Parts: sequence; C-alpha cells; structure tokens
Amino acid sequence: MLQIEGLRKTFNAGTADEKRAIDDLDLHLASGDFVTVIGSNGAGKSTLLNLIAGSYTTDQGEVHIDGERVTGFSECRRAAYLGRIFQDPLMGTAASMTIEENLAMAELRGKPRGLTWGVTASRRAAYRQRLSRMGLGLESRLKQPVSLLSGGQRQSLTLLMATLHLPKVLLLDEHTAALDPKTARTVMALTEQIITDNHLTALMVTHNMRQAIHYGNRMIMLHEGRIQFDVSGQEKAELTVQEVVARFGGTLNDEALLG
Amino acid sequence: MLLEGLLRTIPVSLEQGLAYGLVALGVVISFRILSFPDLTVDGSFPLGAAVVARLITAGIHPWISVLVAVATGFIAGCCTGLLNTRLKINSLLSGILMMTVLYSVNLRIMGRSNIQLLTVDTLLTPLEQLELPRLVPLILFFLVVAVGMKAAIDLFMHTQLGMAMRATGDNEQMIRSLGVNTDHMTVLGLGLSNACVALSGALVAQDQGFADVGMGIGMIVAGLASIIIGEAVFGIRTVARMTLAALAGSVIYKFIIAVGLRLGLAPTDLKLATGVMVILALGIPALRGKEKEGKLHLRGV
Repeated sequence: MLQIEGLRKTFNAGTADEKRAIDDLDLHLASGDFVTVIGSNGAGKSTLLNLIAGSYTTDQGEVHIDGERVTGFSECRRAAYLGRIFQDPLMGTAASMTIEENLAMAELRGKPRGLTWGVTASRRAAYRQRLSRMGLGLESRLKQPVSLLSGGQRQSLTLLMATLHLPKVLLLDEHTAALDPKTARTVMALTEQIITDNHLTALMVTHNMRQAIHYGNRMIMLHEGRIQFDVSGQEKAELTVQEVVARFGGTLNDEALLG
Repeated sequence: MLLEGLLRTIPVSLEQGLAYGLVALGVVISFRILSFPDLTVDGSFPLGAAVVARLITAGIHPWISVLVAVATGFIAGCCTGLLNTRLKINSLLSGILMMTVLYSVNLRIMGRSNIQLLTVDTLLTPLEQLELPRLVPLILFFLVVAVGMKAAIDLFMHTQLGMAMRATGDNEQMIRSLGVNTDHMTVLGLGLSNACVALSGALVAQDQGFADVGMGIGMIVAGLASIIIGEAVFGIRTVARMTLAALAGSVIYKFIIAVGLRLGLAPTDLKLATGVMVILALGIPALRGKEKEGKLHLRGV
C-alpha cells in the first residue's frame, strides 16, 4: 500500500548545520498494516511523515501509494490518498468553524470543491450518527465552533474527520503526546478501533515505547534517518520494553521515550 | 439645538455608511476571513471610481461601467494575492506595492487627477430625478446594494468553496492536508474583497459627482475602524454577524464622524481622529495588561 525506496532528505545542505534527517530509507507497508514508528529526538520520525505527506520535498528516492507514484505531487494533491493527524490538537481542526463544517470539509478531502451548499441535511444526520458512536456527546453540539472543545475532544474529532472519506494510508504524528494520560488512552483506544474497523493502513509515530510495543502489528525504530530495528508478527507481540532497552539503550537516550 | 443637529446627520450618515460599508465588507473578507492584512484597498477604491468615471464620460452605459470597475478591482486583488503566494512577498508589502502601483494606474485611466460626473448621466441620475427628497431613494439604493452584497457573501462562505476559504484563514495547514490549494483560496479571496471595494468606489464617485485620485487615502483604516466598531456591538461568532457588524459599524462610524464635525472637528483632522480611534481599539487591551488580543491573528507578516 505504501512503498518508499531510497528516500533521502538533508536539511541545510552545504552549511555547518547540515543535518541528514532521512538517509537512504526503504519501507514497504502492506495493506492493513498498522506500523508504529519509534526513535529518539532527531531520529527522523516526523521528517519521514512530512516526506510521505509532501509537506517537505524529497532530495532523492520514490514514494508510491497504492501503486501510484506520488513523489512529485504537492501536499494538497497527495491529500486524496492520505489522512493525517498532528501532535497539536489545535492543528487538525479549524477553531472558528463549527463541528459539522469541519466534518464536511474533511469529507471532501482530495475532491474538488464547488459552489454547492457546504453542509446538507442528509450529511448532518450522518455526522450526528458517527459522532454519537464515539460517545463524547458531540452529536448534540454540531453547530458549535470547535474552539469550545477540549484538546481530547478536538483530537477525537480529527480522527473521525480523517476517516470520513477513508484514506489509503493514515499518518499519525504523536497524536496523543499533547493530551493528559487518561485522554490519551481514550483517544488511542478510539484510534485502534477506527483502524481495525476500517482495515486501514496506518503509520503511527510515537514517543512512548510502551505504546509502540502495545499497538499495531509491526514496529520500526529509526536512528539517524535509517531503520535500525524492524519487528513484526509474533516476535513483536512478545517484545517487552526491557528487551528493547537492553538492545538499543545506547541510542535511546531519551527520557520521554521510556516514560 | 444640538439634538436637532444630530438628528439631521442621521440620514446622511446612513447613506454614506452603507455606501462605504461595501469597503468594510471587503475588509471583512481579507482581514477576518482570510486573516490577510490587505492594504490594496487604498488603491482599489479609487480604481473603481476612476474606471467608472472614465467609462461613463466616454459614453459607456453606467451599468456596464460599474461591472467593468468591479472586474478591475477583482484583478487588482488577485495581483496582490499572486505577489504574496507566487513571489513570496510579505502580505503587508504585497498590498502596499499594489496600492502604490495603482496610484499611477488610476492617473493613467483618468488621464488627469480627477473627473467630474455632475453633468453626465450616472447610475444614480434616475433616482435623483424622483419627486422625493434626494437622500430617500439613495439610502434605499445603497441599502439594497449593501444588504444584497452581505447576503451574497454570507451564502458564499457556507458553500464548499467558501468553507475552504474560511479554513484557509483559520488553519492553513489543516485545510491544505485536506487537499485544498490555499494559494488559490488567498488569490480568489483577495479578488472578491477588492471587487467589493472597487464597487464601493464606483458608486461613491457617482454619488458625490466626481472621481479623484486621492479619494482612497486612509480607506483601509476607515474600513478597519468600521469593523472594529461593529464587532464591539455584534461580535464575530458567525459570518453573518461579521458582515452585519461591518455594515452597521460603517454607519456608526460615519455618524461618529458627522457628530465630530458638528462639534467643531476640522475636516482635515478626520484621518487623525480615525487613526486614533483604531489605535485605541487595538491598543487598550494591551495597556490593560491583557494578553495580546487573539482576534486579529494575521498571516504572512
């Protein structure tokens, strides 16, 4: 579903601050894979996601989504294939617009937008139903601006928005890191449910080792822009935090990672 | 005596407020909806006036002249948008550049620094010939135009395209990740905004009987003053409220100015007074030690 070949990205090339963020990286995701991505600060996790989404241009290498070469595509053209959730709950929604308007905009992801009415009555009924299934009480607040929601509610809404029009690949960029532990667990449970129910292919960057081990069917560890460790299936299911620390403690000098 | 004087300023404030309210509507689209501090307004307002004056005096039908004026305003706004999105010039500077360029363009269009329209038939001539006090049909005319434009903006901002435009001003990263080209939205929005402003210029020139190259000076500040006054009364929770605030604020602003003139303010001091009004409105929260007002978050500066 997602194929990355020989991907390279260097920031500030030719200066004293030159930084090889992604260094000749290959990664293949099969349809339905839920892959967690872990690594210390500066390992290239967010850069990888930004390269897949087209927020950054690649220096070298190819990105294919569902067999289609998207390497040269702009960010807004790739949006047709990708759902994306950011770390900051404020990033995924338009605060001054209502819940139903945000949902309607998300449903049109990657499609042309015309002069037809933005939120129709039939769509509103569908949104109400989808929201009530999340159990956050948002179904009765369709016409309220998103700015009135809490961070956890906004992130849950963003999750629903990303899946209204199912993406080929769902990119999650530390999307629970900015939430309090309890809300983070709720949002994570919702994430897993949405991914499983819709058989989505997902790539989840996380700072939390426990989360990376617990969720998904495959885990990759990035170090200095390369894949240092790639584990899946039964082996991943039996993996423990202690084992990973014992093997890679030297490169995992990051407190938060083990938290 | 004073009260009677104040009452007498109401009809003219209403007429002027509605005519210039179209500028405030344009400012709502750029500053509020797109969060783009567009200063093109000082050039696109006289642009509308210049085009209409030149065409009407050349014998073109007033309706067509107004339409052409609106179209040139749209193009001027698009140019500012392209300077910002294509050439990556800072948003404030893009507007200032267009405003400066338009000064020469307006002089070229008119061929001199002003054209009088008192002796030719304009769009408003049939209204002025009615057996009514002059202001009554004019107030009704500007009311219909301003409210019509407000309604059109309200409707547009709730279409799929309009929602994408609002999201561009609210959260550019988010709407881009949903597949919207935010550069296109910025260019289109600035075009619509300046089309509105040019319409105002075209109608005001016919109302006051002349177009002058200097008639746009301070227009952006007056527009901002209008929306700040209106928003203090009506708030900004929905698009309909923002546009209502712009029109009502414009009328209140013109009334305040008329009162100031009655109380002895010199006409030459008007822009000073308007500037002080905007500075106070924007600055008082900071002086009170409050956090920077989140209301006027602007892109590209």
